[in-house]
Amino acid sequence: MADLKVSLSGWELDNPVIPASGTFGYGREFAELYDINVLGTFSFKGTTLNARFGNPTPRIAETPGGMINAVGMQNPGVDKVVTEELPRLARCFHKKVIANVGGFSVQEYADACARLNGQEQIGLFEINVSCPNVHDGCMTFGTDPFAAAAVTKAVKAVTSKPVYVKLTPNVTDIVSIARACEDAGADGISLINTLLGMRIDLRRRKPVISNVMGGFSGSAILPVALRMVWQVYEAVKIPVIGMGGVSSARDVIEMMLAGATAVEVGSANLTDPWACPKIIAELPQVMGQLGISSLRDIIGGAHA
Amino acid sequence: MKEAVFTLLRQARLARDVWRMELSGDVSAITVPGQFVEIALDGFFLRRPISVCDCGNGELSLIYKVVGQGTQVMSCLESGASLNLLTGLGNGFSLAKSGCSPLLIGGGVGVPPLYFLARCLLKAGAVPTIVLGFNTAAEVFFSEEFRALGIRVIVCTADGTAGQRGLVTDVLPVGSSFVYACGPLPMLRALDRTLPCSAMAEFSMEERMGCGFGACMGCSIMTKGGARRVCKDGPVFPRESLLWE
Ligand SMILES: Cc1cc2nc3c(=O)[nH]c(=O)nc-3n(C[C@H](O)[C@H](O)[C@H](O)COP(=O)(O)OP(=O)(O)OC[C@H]3O[C@@H](n4cnc5c(N)ncnc54)[C@H](O)[C@@H]3O)c2cc1C
Ligand SMILES: Cc1cc2nc3c(=O)[nH]c(=O)nc-3n(C[C@H](O)[C@H](O)[C@H](O)COP(=O)(O)O)c2cc1C
Ligand code: FES
Repeated sequence: MADLKVSLSGWELDNPVIPASGTFGYGREFAELYDINVLGTFSFKGTTLNARFGNPTPRIAETPGGMINAVGMQNPGVDKVVTEELPRLARCFHKKVIANVGGFSVQEYADACARLNGQEQIGLFEINVSCPNVHDGCMTFGTDPFAAAAVTKAVKAVTSKPVYVKLTPNVTDIVSIARACEDAGADGISLINTLLGMRIDLRRRKPVISNVMGGFSGSAILPVALRMVWQVYEAVKIPVIGMGGVSSARDVIEMMLAGATAVEVGSANLTDPWACPKIIAELPQVMGQLGISSLRDIIGGAHA
Repeated sequence: MKEAVFTLLRQARLARDVWRMELSGDVSAITVPGQFVEIALDGFFLRRPISVCDCGNGELSLIYKVVGQGTQVMSCLESGASLNLLTGLGNGFSLAKSGCSPLLIGGGVGVPPLYFLARCLLKAGAVPTIVLGFNTAAEVFFSEEFRALGIRVIVCTADGTAGQRGLVTDVLPVGSSFVYACGPLPMLRALDRTLPCSAMAEFSMEERMGCGFGACMGCSIMTKGGARRVCKDGPVFPRESLLWE
């Protein structure tokens, strides 16, 4: 029997497959399509202290092997998540969930996490210091080791749950940021968020996206994500959740060999709503072909 | 929503750059006119949203305009080709609000979903009138198909080369019980300005989509009732809920 179990800071997951934040809402749309309890867990939509509408449309552009989004962290705010989304989720999802949190000041991150900390449904925090869509705030946290560390410390101070910091790839040296977060007390690192990109409409001679630039995701970014997971795995001792361009069981295994303990799947959910259950169903067979009996054993397996 | 593989039965060009595609497959998730499907195309990351023009007996008809690379590829597909579709997306028009003499208004490739709507309204006993607006004669399509339903059809073109000269707002008949409209945003905005304040209406909106089923917030618009997803809470919205700035 193939063993798919992995564990994140003491939290055992049935399998390493986790829908990524922003591509799975608060689970509701997918729960209408399949039993979402087959998932390892999922990371809910990036949530901020206050409700946000986000950017004007168009928010989406297409690109070979991927897409660009400038949603701009649209979410109902932490209070509505606690009073409406989580109770609704409890009816169809019996596992703990990852709380993805964004913010525009250190205090905001801390306040949002403090509000969520008491929720038993939350297994761990994933702190998004990397949203590329918001004009000021988010970008600076994830591109500066001191700012990333400051957020990590502030969140750690108000929570009793594991804190994973989700990094932006839009930096010169991902390793220094990851180390700064580890030193500040992070329990794990999540990466990568989207790469900053843009497209231009040839007829209108204008950027496709109203916000001009947006976050590039999808299959095309897999090699960049793998490279960064590899580098961070070598540099830190805490677990890494790998993501970026994953759309198959083979991609999951590749991410784990690079150093990921668990793997998030983002954009693939948008083009194939059943992507995650398909990957989970596919994993034992692919493991068999590759002579893997337990996924736990292959984490970082490609490193010397 | 359902995912299903459809087979392309036939495809024909209806007007300049406008094609009709007829497909066979599982249409059970398509329950209301005004809903749309999302077509996966080889070599393209995102699916293409296209409104249901007609559907029934395991067949689906779509009308689309070639505007970019994806629709270009669609127009080159041959009979027998397989296409992966997400079907039954969006809320659709409210048939129950129609009254006995509803007015349907379509502009360009906003016309197709009104065909299925007209058929359903007729079946429910209403007597719809339709206004079809195009830029020019070469772009006119489906006026005969609507006439064949036995309903009153008013065609207009911006340059006057077919039907009456003018925009849909120039040729609106008076005295309808309810208005259903689908077309480009400037047309809908002009309609909102032209229709009497008391006229009850539903407008079908369009946005670029990431998923098409409510997961990504890629298509959100601000309405009087707050943020709404065009793909899941729409594409059809009550006129009075929309904001036009
Ligand atoms: C709910 C809905 C129903 C629609 N129904 C129809 C219909 O019945 N007939 C029809 O001809 N067109 C319809 N459209 C528009 C149609 O989706 C686009 O024309 C089509 O996606 C263009 O694809 P492309 O690859 O040729 O263009 P490209 O510009 O190469 O496409 C690039 C990306 O932009 C998106 N895109 C480009 N234009 C639009 C647009 N106007 N709206 C939404 N996304 C766009 C594409 O889907 C793709 O992701 C509908 C759109 C929506 C949102
Ligand atoms: C539409 C969309 C919205 C996203 N929103 C968030 C978000 O709110 N918070 C966050 O941390 N990441 C967000 N992301 C980034 C993803 O979680 C993920 O890190 C990224 O897309 C790379 O993975 P992928 O290539 O599998 O999509 C979003 C991505 C997409 C495509
Ligand atoms: S397109 Fe994803 S929510 Fe509407």
